[in-house]
Amino acid sequence: MRDVKAITSNLAAVEMMKVEMLTGNVAAAWAARLADVDYIPAYPITPQTEIIETLAKWIGEGVMKAKLVQLESEHSMLTAAGTASLTGARVFTATSSQGLLYGFEMLYNIAGWRAPLVLVNVSRGVAAPVTLEPDHNDVLAARDSGFLQFHAETCQDVLDLILLAYRVSEDRRVRLPSIVNMDGFYLSFTREPVHLPSQEMVEEFLPPYIPTLPFRASRPVVKGASVLGGHIYTYFKHNIHESMRRAIEVFEEASRHYGELTGRVYRPVEGFYLEDAEYVLVMSNSFTTMGKRAVLRLRDRGVPAGLVKIVMYRPFPSDQLAELLKNRKAVAVLDQNISPGMGGIIYQEVAGALYHQRNRPEVLMSVIGGLGGKYISLEEFEYIFDVLQHPEGRKPNTPLFLFRKDELESVKRALGLAGLGGEMG
Amino acid sequence: MSETRYKTLRDVPLQEYLAPGNPLCAGCGATPVLRMFLKALEGRAVFVNAAGCFTLLHVYPYTPFKSSWMYTAFASAPAGAQGIRDALDILIEKGKVPPEEDVKVVCFTGDGAAYDIGLQSTSGAIERGLDFYYLVYDNEAYSNTGFQKSGATPYAAATATTLPTKLQKEGHTGSKKDLFEIWRSHKPPYVATIAPSHIVDMLRKIEKASKYRGPKLFISFTPCPTGWYHDTSESIRISKLAVECGVWPLKEAIFGEVKHTYVPRVLKPVEEYLKTQGRYKHLFHPQRQEHIIKTIQENIYQYWRRVAETEKLDIIIPPA
Repeated sequence: MRDVKAITSNLAAVEMMKVEMLTGNVAAAWAARLADVDYIPAYPITPQTEIIETLAKWIGEGVMKAKLVQLESEHSMLTAAGTASLTGARVFTATSSQGLLYGFEMLYNIAGWRAPLVLVNVSRGVAAPVTLEPDHNDVLAARDSGFLQFHAETCQDVLDLILLAYRVSEDRRVRLPSIVNMDGFYLSFTREPVHLPSQEMVEEFLPPYIPTLPFRASRPVVKGASVLGGHIYTYFKHNIHESMRRAIEVFEEASRHYGELTGRVYRPVEGFYLEDAEYVLVMSNSFTTMGKRAVLRLRDRGVPAGLVKIVMYRPFPSDQLAELLKNRKAVAVLDQNISPGMGGIIYQEVAGALYHQRNRPEVLMSVIGGLGGKYISLEEFEYIFDVLQHPEGRKPNTPLFLFRKDELESVKRALGLAGLGGEMG
Repeated sequence: MSETRYKTLRDVPLQEYLAPGNPLCAGCGATPVLRMFLKALEGRAVFVNAAGCFTLLHVYPYTPFKSSWMYTAFASAPAGAQGIRDALDILIEKGKVPPEEDVKVVCFTGDGAAYDIGLQSTSGAIERGLDFYYLVYDNEAYSNTGFQKSGATPYAAATATTLPTKLQKEGHTGSKKDLFEIWRSHKPPYVATIAPSHIVDMLRKIEKASKYRGPKLFISFTPCPTGWYHDTSESIRISKLAVECGVWPLKEAIFGEVKHTYVPRVLKPVEEYLKTQGRYKHLFHPQRQEHIIKTIQENIYQYWRRVAETEKLDIIIPPA
């Protein structure tokens, strides 16, 4: 255990930490800079591009010592990221939406290679129709790849979670890559106050990356070898699964240390006004700030509302989540994604986590909202809690779509203007 | 270039880096080429592989290799090479890796990766001036999946997806992509064609290429007994015939300047080459398809007429 004196002096250092108004993108770039990454393979895509532009500028000016190379596609970018990580470089890279999907097969490879790099995904709805604004179908498509996933609510989270991700990913008990997710526009282009830890603080928190048998002249090594037979394939996959499960504990340990240094502690799942909450909303990412605001408004009116935020999405913190949700009257899961023909993706996972929990909530309701960055108003959040209090006559696993009348009107108006009102409206 | 350590076959280094008894096909034309590359680079290299026959060279947990190996994916071996090269460069620059631990990076793929699915990735790597070797073993089809046509399949070859039929008498109706020229148009320091029958020519080319920083690209003729339908003992003889008939010109381009490194005085008739392989059997049985054989022959003559003129070669070609 660290002694109290050290913590106190560190907390004094916290006071000295620089606070800057940063976009989520620049916060991500700062995290890469503070982590002293060696290599950044890059490829432009909106709304991520500001990250690599910022890093390229810093490297060009000499304030950061790293190599940034612009590849010719995300598929190549992710390949280079993986092999560089195996060679011993601390690697940072970033993409979004179509880019993540274009490089998709490499996600499984990077995880299988046990290359502990950090990839920032700036969420953006997936085409078609093509759009720029966020939802989480892109990042959730990567959920089975073997990447750890951390989802940010604020620009501060972006910076902190990237540093935590490096620590957990590189830990020998885990040794798997991480995705840190932030919402496009709502975080990527929104300035918020961000506390920047000092370089010394980060150095104390994040030890140097020691690669496993990197490519060196004195010691030939084969990586990515093929396997013949399901038994060996299963052996590798099970190894990844076990390492992934260990990551929860390693994250909590790292987070305690980070908290001692910076005063900010992260949990895999975090509660908001949970103590006596009977109606709870489970959600993640930037709209959580709005969800919390709605909880406060409901509390003012005497409604025992609360919120659970999923910070770590892979490994999925099932036990921690079930613990927070037991004994509640009704729970809603807000999915900013859609699996057509099934519903919300996270809803199913929460339901799975609760199945064996004694005293699980009687009502577990699925809500889908914010697709393609569609705004979720305070009124809509309040409506979710209304339904939770009066779930009668509603099939809870049939998702409730957040889509307002005025929004439907606006669609109809646009179709009318285009002369399509008759056939499509 | 007179300064070379390779004058005859006696100069081939004795040290071996590729053990026998590996899982590759008997008679594979690529095995001797890989073996020579390892000798020339003294095993201090990482071979970055894309999906293909050689992906099965290493079946976990065994390896016949005394050098490093990295399997990436079908489309992006050059990008995998980029990551390793860049990581070593920055780690050496930052003092995290001692310079004597540096290794050469060799991208090693079949023609499916080089001509088709990985062409974009190769183009990117050459454009970025990546300091690497690219060795493609060109057996002119997707051999590992059972010999389907690729961008490298020559005109009139039979493959599993271009079978000669009553309606399609030629077999493959398209023609082979000119990867040498595609690569050369990027103006890398070194591009060459090589063949497993011409080992000294090959070693000299690797030696020459090694003097340049940047992309060093090799296309190797690669007889494939299981796809071309010939006896496993015939591979080297077929390779020799390909060169002597002018089907596979041995050449190099230094910063875009092309030079043929072996010029047959008289080109043997292409028939001699075609007849060695089952994939061209339909040109001769059940009846001879004269016009197709003639087209193939005329294409070869045309190539050499053009080359003979630009390089002032001493070669006898029948007039058009």
